[in-house]
Amino acid sequence: MIIQHPDLGPRDSSEFVYKGDAELLFRPKRTENTDQKIFHDYLYLRNNPAGKHCELWYHEYGDRSWLVVTRDTTNHEILKVEHVEDYIKSYKAK
Amino acid sequence: MMIFWCLIMNYSGFKIFWEGLTGNKGWKKAWREPNPKKEYDVIIIGGGGHGLSTAYYLSNRFNVNNVAVLEKGWLGSGNIGRNTTIIRSNYLLPENQPFYELSLKLWENLENDTNYNSMVSQRGVLNLFHSDGQRDAFVRRGNAMILSGADANLLNENELKKMCPYLDYQNARFPIKGALLQKRGGTVRHDAVAWGYARGADVKGVDIIQNCEVEGFIIKNGKCVGVETNKGIIKAKKIASCVAGSSSKLMSKAGIRLPIESHVLQAFVSEGLKPVLDNVITFGAGHFYVSQSDKGGLVFGGDIDGYNSYAQRGNLPVVEDVCEGGMAIMPMIGRARLLRMWGGIMDMSMDGSPFIDKTHINGLYFNGGWCYGGFKATPASGYCYAHLLAKDEPHPVARDFKLDRFIKGKIIDEKGQGAQPNLH
Repeated sequence: MIIQHPDLGPRDSSEFVYKGDAELLFRPKRTENTDQKIFHDYLYLRNNPAGKHCELWYHEYGDRSWLVVTRDTTNHEILKVEHVEDYIKSYKAK
Repeated sequence: MMIFWCLIMNYSGFKIFWEGLTGNKGWKKAWREPNPKKEYDVIIIGGGGHGLSTAYYLSNRFNVNNVAVLEKGWLGSGNIGRNTTIIRSNYLLPENQPFYELSLKLWENLENDTNYNSMVSQRGVLNLFHSDGQRDAFVRRGNAMILSGADANLLNENELKKMCPYLDYQNARFPIKGALLQKRGGTVRHDAVAWGYARGADVKGVDIIQNCEVEGFIIKNGKCVGVETNKGIIKAKKIASCVAGSSSKLMSKAGIRLPIESHVLQAFVSEGLKPVLDNVITFGAGHFYVSQSDKGGLVFGGDIDGYNSYAQRGNLPVVEDVCEGGMAIMPMIGRARLLRMWGGIMDMSMDGSPFIDKTHINGLYFNGGWCYGGFKATPASGYCYAHLLAKDEPHPVARDFKLDRFIKGKIIDEKGQGAQPNLH
């Protein structure tokens, strides 16, 4: 797979380390009364869709940036690549 | 007369002889192609190895015969036909090892059980070690195996050299220092496992319905009472999901999120060679395992690709990595040409261990999360799932494979990697 890095252009996926679903960016806030189940669901449960999937890729053998890659898990087609910061901004704007 | 009837019905040398004399007119289809009934006692979703073995043990051991197996494609079209056919019981943790040992015992008697030639070959599984530390870890693992009733032998370098003189003992980075041998481990003809279980279940009245995709669950007052399929609504007292690889996709139709990611694992086979490998060999410093099929091809595999996938095909970096693993222990493999490669979709769970459990929805049961160790588990998975479905309580060796083990802190993590499925 070739990942179109927003700054560095086309890079081979083997330069990256895969972390998983981009939902992991949104860690629940912990207070005294936070239900354990909220953290269990955050840490252990996944939507794991067959189709469009927003996921975290870390450019370890490159500029060490964290990217969010939107990819179709049924055919590996990469639909969008953006910096994590930009993804969070547009996610919160929704 | 009864004995004669048995000889005619069953597969045997006599049957081949008899058919040879009578023009081979007596061979029947190994299973029927029934239309679904309106209602069953148990519906098993997924006609792969685990689903068919569940149906087989339900009908043959637990006397539950009003059963349907629903398969969206053709029978055995998933991972039972895509794996590297290795069987073994060399786990470490007490939640896992007795389960896999039960599986190996069921493998050992599979052909008598199902009256089907599954070509179970106990040719031995060798796990190579490359350092003193790794040898110590393998001593511990071997002892854990022996405690569960399995067999384990530690081989030093000289003993191993007698068995496998062609390995690269002088490799500068990963010199081979010895191996943990499980003699009872080996390989099985994977497709025949599905066919043997299917035939054995069909004889007892189980309906195996192919090209029947489940499109939704019918849930009333917190109880699952049936499924919607492309062949209409089918009701059942118990619905059993058994679709590892696509578990999240199926269970999302019942509103259940799972501690699972789907990943692709590739497997490879070389051109046919004369016999060179008479056992299974695994690399201890990288991820590589190899055996030789009866057709002569070297069958081998390595790591998963490492990203979520439902594509049933992988990418080239892992191909390179697997071939490097092969070259590191067995340079002669470089002379063989790669003939075919393919991918299968794994349910990678959050601790690398499987699930055989009830769900919070009454009447809906779940079997999945086999990571890339599902093939060797096929008989015990079916047996323990059948036990759960028939008696509504877990089989003792599978009692820890629960969906709620993460919130309870009872994680079964063989490698100690944590909730990062692509590392298991």
